[in-house]
Amino acid sequence: MFSNAKLNEKIAFGLLKIATGMVVAFVLVILYYIVSNGYSAISIEFITEMPRSRMTEGGIYPAIVGTLYLIIGSIAVAMPLGMLAAIYLTEYSKPGKTTWAIEMAINNLAGTPSVVFGLFGLAMFVKYLGFGASILSASLTLALLILPVIIRASQEALLTVPKEYREASLALGVTKWETIRKVVLPSAIPGMITGAILSIGRVAGETAPILLTGAAYFLPRLPDSIYSQFMALPYHLYVLATSGTSIAQTRPIQYGTALILLIIVLCVNIVAVSVRSHYRKKLKR
Amino acid sequence: MPETYENGTEIEVKDLNLWYGDNHALHDISIDIPKNSVTAFIGPSGCGKSTFLRCLNRMNDLIPNCRIEGQVNISGEDIYAKETDVVDLRKRVGMVFQKPNPFPMSIFDNIAYGPRIHGMSKKEMPEIVENALQSGALWKEVSDRLDVSALDLSGGQQQRLCIARTLAVKPEVILFDEPCSALDPISTSKIEDLILELKKDYTIVIVTHNMQQAARISDHTAFFLLGDLIEFGKTNQIFENPQEKETEDYITGRFG
Repeated sequence: MFSNAKLNEKIAFGLLKIATGMVVAFVLVILYYIVSNGYSAISIEFITEMPRSRMTEGGIYPAIVGTLYLIIGSIAVAMPLGMLAAIYLTEYSKPGKTTWAIEMAINNLAGTPSVVFGLFGLAMFVKYLGFGASILSASLTLALLILPVIIRASQEALLTVPKEYREASLALGVTKWETIRKVVLPSAIPGMITGAILSIGRVAGETAPILLTGAAYFLPRLPDSIYSQFMALPYHLYVLATSGTSIAQTRPIQYGTALILLIIVLCVNIVAVSVRSHYRKKLKR
Repeated sequence: MPETYENGTEIEVKDLNLWYGDNHALHDISIDIPKNSVTAFIGPSGCGKSTFLRCLNRMNDLIPNCRIEGQVNISGEDIYAKETDVVDLRKRVGMVFQKPNPFPMSIFDNIAYGPRIHGMSKKEMPEIVENALQSGALWKEVSDRLDVSALDLSGGQQQRLCIARTLAVKPEVILFDEPCSALDPISTSKIEDLILELKKDYTIVIVTHNMQQAARISDHTAFFLLGDLIEFGKTNQIFENPQEKETEDYITGRFG
């Protein structure tokens, strides 16, 4: 009996280890593949220059800039909106049909294919509101796309704030809103930032929504306002890899673009993680 | 048993009933709590003493499905009247909880939290904080490290910090909900000394599981059982000459 339990435990641990090992192995293989194929393309010129000769030579600077704009624009819209919605849903709304419907809508939104968001963005922002194919339209579309993730993460973060903090504050004759602002939010901010971190990769990598709302095949210059069209890394990669006559010739540039995309996501994540640990430290101080 | 107290009555409760959904948790509670003295609520777990305590600063408002009927007057004002401002009520009726619950902020900020929100100026703050910590019997231990996190203090110190935090808001009544149940005997005796000190200026109501504690620090004691107030009177009388059989059984340790 006893040895049987031990054996079972060994088998269970073994399976868990194998599963974890496989996940790590896949990530490493992908990384190795991209890095080994892409690093020869990387140079200062590659990240600071415009594409040349019908995108078969030169750099990818405008695509890098475009992707950064999208990240900043969509997070700037989705983060405050998502946080406020989460506060309302967690702290204020009473359980009932309306709240249930809103929660369901958020869940469904999270599972909606990104191309549908793209079509909505095209109809709503590009056409109806007249923002045109632009950074603004694409950022708003991506903001909608990541909103469910940010709301969910923010709600989770709010729910983990101990009830004792709220009670202590309310018992001092402090209003609910002040309690949320001064006690609940500072404790929840790190978790909320986690939601934003998860969204950054999504924003940087999405192709379908921006394709429909403002990404350009090729632009000879940088965007000069939020109403300009833009180039973005994932779409640039798609273009190089699928259209044109020199797909084989541009292969190093393709891998280089993918590598830069990974590096950008990594760098932005590092910034976000350090912001988060700054807030965490402030709590522990 | 309408009694007149030396310092007058602070809290008058008349026919208070409370339901959690369909569960009738408190039955027709009527009690007059004297001013500037310590009143203890004792009784076995689940007898409703903490629930009743939370009626006195309307903390039960936070619980969905909780319904209260009856009248509670504090300093002559009906706290369940429509025009009563709950936020203002809780300023006047402070509460210290079972588990010390300092905010994850510095010692200074914990104390200054209430006064700041209630609009005290920044200039007054050091003095307010010092006074509160003095009254909370914590000043000597922390005066040189007001900027460290309150979470670094020991459990007993944290509880005194919570008391000081309550004092900083200048309440009239302080409700203690088993304030020592998570503390060691030395910290407990410090808190008890502090409560005896505080009753000069505040009306104190304390829920306790510990009968010795009730006997040591309270002037009046109320015994609760299964949502009923069984007996209320001078602490000496409750412990030495209880009138009800249930009270006697509980005090002599036959159940509970």
